[in-house]
Amino acid sequence: MNKALTQWLGGRDGAISLAILAALIFVVMPLAFDIFRLNLIGKYLTYAFVAIGLVLCWGYGGILSLGQGIFFGLGGYCMAMFLKLEASDPVSTKIQSTPGIPDFMDWNQITELPWFWQPFHSLPLTLILVIVVPGLFAYFIGAAMFKRRVSGVYFSIITQAIASILTILIIGQQGYTGGVNGITDLRTLLGWDIRTDSAKYVLYYLNGALLISCILVGRAIITSKLGKLLLAMRDREDRVRFSGYDVSSFKIFVFCVGAMMSAIGGAMFTLQVGFMSPSFVGIVPSIEMVIFTAVGGRMSLIGAVYGALLVNFGKTYFSESFPTLWLVFMGALFIGVVMGFPNGLAGLYSSHIKPRLARRAGRKVPQQPAAEGAAAGHSNPSA
Amino acid sequence: MELGSEVNMSTAERASKRDFALTIEGLTVSFDGFKAVDNLNLYIDRNEIRVVIGPNGAGKTTVLDLICGKTRATSGSIRFKDKELTKLSEHQIVRQGVGRKFQNPSIYENLTVFENLEVSYPKGRTVFGALAFRRTPEAVARIHDIAAEIMLEEFLETEAGLLSHGQKQWLEIGMLLIQDPELLMLDEPVAGMSARERELTGELLRRICKNRSVIVIEHDMEFVKNIAHRVTVLHQGKILKEGSMETVQSDPKVIEVYLGH
Repeated sequence: MNKALTQWLGGRDGAISLAILAALIFVVMPLAFDIFRLNLIGKYLTYAFVAIGLVLCWGYGGILSLGQGIFFGLGGYCMAMFLKLEASDPVSTKIQSTPGIPDFMDWNQITELPWFWQPFHSLPLTLILVIVVPGLFAYFIGAAMFKRRVSGVYFSIITQAIASILTILIIGQQGYTGGVNGITDLRTLLGWDIRTDSAKYVLYYLNGALLISCILVGRAIITSKLGKLLLAMRDREDRVRFSGYDVSSFKIFVFCVGAMMSAIGGAMFTLQVGFMSPSFVGIVPSIEMVIFTAVGGRMSLIGAVYGALLVNFGKTYFSESFPTLWLVFMGALFIGVVMGFPNGLAGLYSSHIKPRLARRAGRKVPQQPAAEGAAAGHSNPSA
Repeated sequence: MELGSEVNMSTAERASKRDFALTIEGLTVSFDGFKAVDNLNLYIDRNEIRVVIGPNGAGKTTVLDLICGKTRATSGSIRFKDKELTKLSEHQIVRQGVGRKFQNPSIYENLTVFENLEVSYPKGRTVFGALAFRRTPEAVARIHDIAAEIMLEEFLETEAGLLSHGQKQWLEIGMLLIQDPELLMLDEPVAGMSARERELTGELLRRICKNRSVIVIEHDMEFVKNIAHRVTVLHQGKILKEGSMETVQSDPKVIEVYLGH
């Protein structure tokens, strides 16, 4: 049993890197930053869900989706719809011409709550839909593509197109979706005010716990036979097919898992940031999410988390100082990483830092790394 | 044409008398009008090693592609154990017991030899089956048996990409053997091998053809002579000659289109 447990945790190295990440999220960050910054980090960590999903899809499955924003957005919108309905009770919306519906519907001359908003009156149902809606959508995309053996760049371009279509749809259907502003002014979850500092702490920890759970799920997948099959498929799809496996079903599965993880991130984003808008659905955010994964290391679940954190820190810092240069810098970063360090920070760590550490100390594990940069690589590529 | 019909008659005669492992009848595939395989009849016995030879472009690899479902037939039938294979998808054909080795060694270079064999082990073939799959003692024992059979037992923990060319070919054969197929198809298994490796491969094939039929495509005549029970000569998608190595080798037509050059 013990052996199975350590294997699941990714061996000794995997367990240590996970412990370091957990300590960073649960202890170091809350101590080092005030609640405003911590909330910001919580937001960055919601992107890490997407990055982890991309490690599974892209790193292991070889499926580069440039449309993970679709699922992040769907999860986020599902959560936002619940919160919006709660914020739109008849009492607080009594000045509207139709009280009891979200304000943007009222502005758009809609007088009745549309049918697809009805399930979001219930929190349990909402929580299920947060996972199921993006999961099903991914299933249909995956089934339509992979059964027909669409792959590689064609698949990437199609996911990008779908992300674009979804954005246009959300913006165009303003009365039903809140349009370009998204769903805003979210206040309470079952009467619990999510805008207070204490709520932000609770949500930050919940977010962290969910993130660690997703990493563990990811590791369980990677270490199973399915994980090896994914690697095998990435290199020799035909060999896997002619070994008696239905290749498309494995691709659909991993694509759905990636989508559902993204959706959890999206829902946590809505809860922590307090709104959801189409600017998190489209092509640009979707590609940014791929960059997080590439920088962190596409073969490392934990590296992806650091990738999401670092790039977002960079984004916040640089876009404040050089707003126009940021996008160019980001593009250069992506190209640089893919060309120079195809395994990202995690690859740098395992090829440079880890051997050096091992040489220096045959005795103890390194202490909590002081610098951000050192922490960034703490994972092994197979973890 | 006369020759073709004669072959058809004799094979049809044989078909009526015996119960074959693989029965191919009237198989045709055309690519934009070009018939790569043209009304082919082929009967493979149980426990037989059949070697298919022929000049480049004769349709040898296409025949294997058709059997394993990689290419879809335009018309005709392929029956294996009373199942019509032309209607099944690739993975279903494999699950019926048909294994196919590709021309270039097709292995998972980033996995170890052990993992290559484990991934090919025929348990946990569905998504959730693969998630729940555990390394059972039976599976490990089977992997060791197969590794011994293909002379790679000492390399189980080696990354497959580091193996020599010949060892890669053996590994791929092992990946098929672990599935215990009743029909094994090998596309140029000794191409690029050293003389010693060819010899070992020949011995390997003779060992593994027990309880299964084997179809081999090969150009190396020495090797063919060594292993073949029967030889089929393909030319322009049709059977030119079929029979023992001696009859085939002495046939003037075969010499003209293939052996003579």
